[in-house]
Order: sequence, then structure tokens, then C-alpha cells
Amino acid sequence: MDTTWYLVLSALLFAVGAGGVLVRRSPLVILLCLELMLNAGNLALVAFSRSTGTEDGQVFALVVMVVAACEVVVGLGLIVAMFRRRVPLDVDQIRGLRG
Amino acid sequence: MEAVAFFAGALGALGGAVAVISLRNPFYSVLALIVHLISLAGLFLILHAEFIAAAQIVVYAGAVMVLYLFVTAYVGQAEEPIWEPIPGQRLLAPLLAAALFIEISVAVIGTGLKAIDSQGPTIEAGFGSPGSIGELLLERFLVVFEAASMLLLIAAVGAIVLAGQKRKGKPDDSGTPASEAEEVAA
Repeated sequence: MDTTWYLVLSALLFAVGAGGVLVRRSPLVILLCLELMLNAGNLALVAFSRSTGTEDGQVFALVVMVVAACEVVVGLGLIVAMFRRRVPLDVDQIRGLRG
Repeated sequence: MEAVAFFAGALGALGGAVAVISLRNPFYSVLALIVHLISLAGLFLILHAEFIAAAQIVVYAGAVMVLYLFVTAYVGQAEEPIWEPIPGQRLLAPLLAAALFIEISVAVIGTGLKAIDSQGPTIEAGFGSPGSIGELLLERFLVVFEAASMLLLIAAVGAIVLAGQKRKGKPDDSGTPASEAEEVAA
């Protein structure tokens, strides 16, 4: 398979994730859509790594996975804190930054 | 054969992604994301990225998704309200996503890169194996590796500070989400 196929698939997955961020309002699902976008980026990186015949892209993908894990941990921590303070879990109702 | 594997993986990844954003129940969205991640791991295998595929299954589909499932079960399954704060949001958002897809595709296909129209060079055995990735991480990308471990440490401390609770009248309490969930159940 040509690398182009993987890149177009990656663009499609990224667009689906971006559309999800725009449509959904639960912060939990928005975090899931961020995962979709990060994984689309990973797919492109690994495809480029295969295309150039070097493994650097795979190391990049690994680092992206680390960053994604950190983002999940902090994001879910925020969601649990919001839930405990009885803040509505709806991104349209969370407008103030004051704690 | 490779094309069949690619289209099977692409179908799974795309179906999982669409299911994540279209299912109403966040719990099902998380399960759909697991399908998506496993299909992507299959695609990584076709691309000779064996270590990345294994890490994807173990770290992502295993550990991270279990965290998601726990938090979803803890927070409860709030259905999203029907009203739209921005008029026409449900129509505009897919249009914008489609425009983004077309834009990225044009940018990718329109590049002058010759290499993306081929399968890539023939690669030697051991490409993408844990050994060669580890060698790269500990030699050329050592600083990146250390920075990543630092970032993980900071994220872990940050999550404890964010989600941990301070209770009055009790001696100090780590307040992890797990112990909190047990308390709610009891």
C-alpha cells in the first residue's frame, strides 16, 4: 500500500476527531475525541517512518503516546474534581475560570 | 493480501472513530475507542512498527482505557441535552470537519514528495523491533526520553493534586479516585 493511503486515512480520522470536539459537549467525550486526533497523528508519523525507512517517526509516535497519557491523566483528574464540586459536566455551562 | 489487511484495519479504525462521536452514552464511546485503537495497532503492524503496535495495545487499549472506564462509571452517564447553544451547531460542525479533511487531503496529495507514492524502501529485519527502538531512545533521543519521563511524573503529581480531596477532621488522606469511589459505594 502506498503511503498516501495511510496519510488520507489519517486525515479522515483527524477530521472525525475534530468534528467530535465541535459537536459533543460532555468533557469526557471531548477527551476521547482528542485521543482520536492524537492517534491520527500517530498513524501519519508511523506511515512516514515506513516511507523513509528510518525509525525516527516511531520514536515520535511513542512520545506522542506519552503526552496523550499525561493529557488523559490531568483531564480525567479535572473531570473528577468538577464532578465532586457539583459542577455540571457540560462544556457550554463552564464559562468562568474562578474556582 | 496487504491491501485486504489495510482496508480491514481502516474500516475498523474509521468505524470506531465515528462510533465514538455518534454514540450518546459515554460508556459506549469509550468501548468504541478501544475498537479504534486495536484496529490502529493492526495498521501499525502492517507498517512494520511492531513495538508501537504492542505499546498501543498494552498502554492505550489496556491502561488508559481502563482509567477512562473507571472515571465514566464514577461520574455517571449523563445524557447530553438536546438544545443547541449555538444555532445550527449540529449542521455546521460536520461541514467544518469535512472541510478540514478536504484541506488536509489536498495538502498531503498535492505535496511534491515522491516518496509518498511508493510503498517505501525495502527494510532490513528488525525494523521497528523493541531492540532498535530502545537503542534509538537511549542514544539519539535520550533527552526526549528523559523529558517524557519527567512529564509523566509531573502529570501524576498534578492528577493527585487535582482529584485528591481535602477532608476536615481526618488525618491526611491521599484521596485517590479509587478510594473515593469505594467510599461512595459504601
